[in-house]
Amino acid sequence: MAQSNSDIKYLTPIAVDTKKKKYCRFKKSRIKYIDYKDPNFLMKFVNEQGRILPRRITGTSTKYQKKVAQAIKRARHLAIMPYVGDLLK
Amino acid sequence: MLNQYETVFIMTPVLSEEQMKETVKKFKDYLIKEGAEIVLEDNWAMRKLAYPIQKKSTGFYFLIEYKAEGSIIRELEVAFKRDERIMRFLTVKLDKHAIAYNEKKRRLAKEKKAEA
Repeated sequence: MAQSNSDIKYLTPIAVDTKKKKYCRFKKSRIKYIDYKDPNFLMKFVNEQGRILPRRITGTSTKYQKKVAQAIKRARHLAIMPYVGDLLK
Repeated sequence: MLNQYETVFIMTPVLSEEQMKETVKKFKDYLIKEGAEIVLEDNWAMRKLAYPIQKKSTGFYFLIEYKAEGSIIRELEVAFKRDERIMRFLTVKLDKHAIAYNEKKRRLAKEKKAEA
């Protein structure tokens, strides 16, 4: 019985996802103002359904997450970005 | 105290070119009459909307950046609301980072134009 256990050979080692340090891209690249008028930059912070990505995924700091959220909401108001939709598909 | 503002508004696509100009002129004249100093005007022309507004899927975007007294903004927005050719508008007060960003963009645009 024990012998069969060791038979299980993994083709590739189990990829334990290495914990890469998340950083706030705004602090690193010293971006101070997030323009609500250019959609391609804002698309990076929105998932496929058009919803704003949470900080734990993007890793942005609170101050800039608030600016991003406000810019996205303004872009949505001006129909530059959809409120909901399958945009990146 | 003069603050810097940026207004973007969307006009219905059914308008003719001339009506379009006349609408824009109406708001610009209002701003100048109220003593505002227009820093930048940007006509984005016809653009597709991300979602239909008033059953229309395209619109004429227009952007005005200006320095003005805070008191005139309320009146401006009432004028926007009243004008049925305007589908949507958004006025934003610019902080120092925004002003620096816009200036840099204008400078880059000018340089590019100079090269071209």
